[in-house]
Amino acid sequence: MTTLTYEARTETRRSNVRTLLAKVGPLIGLVFVVALFSSLRPQRFPTFGNVEVMLLQTTVVATGALGMTLIIIAGGIDLSIGSAIALVTVAIARFLGGFEIFGLVVPPAPPGLAALGGVAVGVLCGMLNGLLITRLKLAPFIVTLGTWGALRGAAKGLANEMMVVAPSTWLNSLLKTLSPGDRWMLLPPGVWIMLALALCVGAMLRYTRFGRHIFAIGSNEQTARLCGVPVERSKLLIYMLAGAFAGLAGVLQFSYLTVGDCTTATGMELDIIAAVVIGGASLNGGQGSIFGSLVGALIMTAVGNGCTKMDYRNWVQEIVTGGIIIFAVALDRLRQRRT
Amino acid sequence: MPVEPVAVTTAERLRMVGVHKRFGATIALGGVDLSVAGGEVLALVGENGAGKSTLMKVLSGAHLPDDGAMCLDGQPYRPRNPLDARRAGVAMIYQELSLARHLSVMENILLGMEPTHGPFMAWNLVRKRSAEAMAQLGRPDIPLDAPVYRLSLAEQQLVEIARAIAIGCRVLVLDEPTSSLTKRDIVCLFDLVTRLKQQGHAIVYISHFLEEVKEISDRFTVLRDGRSVGGGLTADASTDQIIAMMVGRTVDELYPRSPRTAGEVVLEVNDLAGAGKPESASLTLRRGEILGIAGLVGAGRTELLRSLFGLAAVRSGKIKFGAYVGASSPAGRWSQGMGMVSEDRKAEGLALSLSLSDNITLSKLPPFLSPSRQDELSMRWIDRLKIRCRSPRQSAGDLSGGNQQKLAVARLLLHDVDVLLLDEPTRGIDVGSKAQIYQVMDELACAGKAVLMVSSYLPELMGVCDRIAVMCRGVLGDAKPVKELTEHQIMLEATGSGEAA
Repeated sequence: MTTLTYEARTETRRSNVRTLLAKVGPLIGLVFVVALFSSLRPQRFPTFGNVEVMLLQTTVVATGALGMTLIIIAGGIDLSIGSAIALVTVAIARFLGGFEIFGLVVPPAPPGLAALGGVAVGVLCGMLNGLLITRLKLAPFIVTLGTWGALRGAAKGLANEMMVVAPSTWLNSLLKTLSPGDRWMLLPPGVWIMLALALCVGAMLRYTRFGRHIFAIGSNEQTARLCGVPVERSKLLIYMLAGAFAGLAGVLQFSYLTVGDCTTATGMELDIIAAVVIGGASLNGGQGSIFGSLVGALIMTAVGNGCTKMDYRNWVQEIVTGGIIIFAVALDRLRQRRT
Repeated sequence: MPVEPVAVTTAERLRMVGVHKRFGATIALGGVDLSVAGGEVLALVGENGAGKSTLMKVLSGAHLPDDGAMCLDGQPYRPRNPLDARRAGVAMIYQELSLARHLSVMENILLGMEPTHGPFMAWNLVRKRSAEAMAQLGRPDIPLDAPVYRLSLAEQQLVEIARAIAIGCRVLVLDEPTSSLTKRDIVCLFDLVTRLKQQGHAIVYISHFLEEVKEISDRFTVLRDGRSVGGGLTADASTDQIIAMMVGRTVDELYPRSPRTAGEVVLEVNDLAGAGKPESASLTLRRGEILGIAGLVGAGRTELLRSLFGLAAVRSGKIKFGAYVGASSPAGRWSQGMGMVSEDRKAEGLALSLSLSDNITLSKLPPFLSPSRQDELSMRWIDRLKIRCRSPRQSAGDLSGGNQQKLAVARLLLHDVDVLLLDEPTRGIDVGSKAQIYQVMDELACAGKAVLMVSSYLPELMGVCDRIAVMCRGVLGDAKPVKELTEHQIMLEATGSGEAA
């Protein structure tokens, strides 16, 4: 390393540029999208109000994406997260209103406890996925395709296939545009919660043994095993942790809806996966970042919101979003082939 | 087109001049000259990592050369992809056969060039042409309708060669064709090669079995470190001369051996049996010694290391490692001071998409870590093992095979383990990296560490080990000091041909 040739030095510089590009690539995409819509609709797109709306729209997907990023880096996938979110909204509504199960009367819970209960339901969903994957040694795609259906069914069962109306509490204000008296907060509390957690998860991935183990498992499970990484236990933990984030996404979704809805978040699993993938994660595992996933989620929202502001019809927006997913991943492949 | 036998000729068929190929900072080929005439067998020899496979990939169009020229029958030959090469008449038979196992013999022979009537297969022509190709090989007895998976390995190889004949190949390349054949099949193959030679085909024969080279080839070319370093008429060169060209240094330089004395017993294994293999293995390993395990592929050597390390089940038997008795898990072994280098660095040894630093420190991460501290720790061992890289953040997959292997060894050094289990630690890597790994093994043994090494390459075992035990069909024999052994004796024991005297 002491005697680098000129060639090697250029190579180093070139590779630094590449790593930098890989890190900020999605960010450049976001800046581009925002700049595009800002120039096309300068009156309606780049306003404080609209930015706040976009952040609100992104928060649920972004919270779910925190857990999904961990799973995808570890080489797995979770298709059941949308169903889990729906189940959680129903569970929270039930906790808030009180319910009867097997003749046992559960009294109405205070909002904090109900939210905690919702997160616990999310953790249980993740644990179910994790146990099936590690104990039965099944592919995550298959397991979560199964729980995708099963959890949606459970949500419908718990809701008697109806909207579950819940008493109004402070939970409902987590994801609301701020009232003038709360302007000092800058952003709604739900957004702050998501950002704080993102910071924690990002730090965990980079600065803890568990975080590095997640990368190792996704990059090469056999190597991880050879090096003494407790692969099965780590995977279970990853799915449970992701379940907790799904639970939290459910709390935020409930806050947004103010009712328990067993049909909510249908197809959201794909939005979440798309956000993670646009953010630079590889479905083969071993690659991905929290920052990237957040930017990915923002890109999706910005495109959707921008199309609305352009008065494009919904179907146009869906085609554009689909195109962006493919374009982002193709760009990533191209970049990797160069290496 | 019916297959026309190529006229017997001594004109030069293929010539490669000054072929260069680099991957990133690694120079895979640094100037290769080679020529082969029709009706001639050219042997291409060289150690693993000498550049044989890269050269063949250039020849077959899988890689484009950076520099140099190739001519086929006097015409410039620049294949852009493998299909181009096949169309030009250059056919490769690789170690791993590329047959569609569920298709019939005749379909395989004409795969990709099936004769048709409009959209329909012209089955009568398929049968006729494949029968002709088989007849040319002198093997009309192989059933054309049988699915290929029913054939023996040797017969499958024949189908591949028939395919090459059917496309009217001008140059046939055989890459280590005998590595998975029985003695009898090898004799048949040599008859076939002689027959093809007499029909006027130009044949490039790649092998590191020099006895075969002596027997089958007319001329030879030696590759070393990506260059052609010599060659000539096979009949004029002795095996020793060819080896000297291949290795490029004397054996003493390659295998350093400092005076060292064996200390206390650190690992004791008694009658160990795994789920399948090993059936029975006993050994004692002392500090300050390198113990080699020889044997054929599939004898159960890898399984022995894996069950010692907790990666494979232990059915019965005793393991005593320092103060620890019994089987353990990989995590347990690492913390007890045992480390292992896997035989397959791509599938198991390394996480190729992760950084060098991640790979080196993976077995010994603190609960909370600082990436720059990890890089610093890794740099120490990257420098020590002279791993050629740009930075510790570079991904492991960017490195050459030899540097990757050194990376896998670096993990054990960083962990400072007492016992190193090395499974084929120098397979498929360049001579320079090999020498460095031997050097490190020697230094470790001198520092009182113990090394248990599995290798299929006997000269290496004889060169670096203090004692060698031979494994045959799951049973490990007694270890003997290297001085009392010859390669011949080891081979006898490994093939189960009776105890050597």
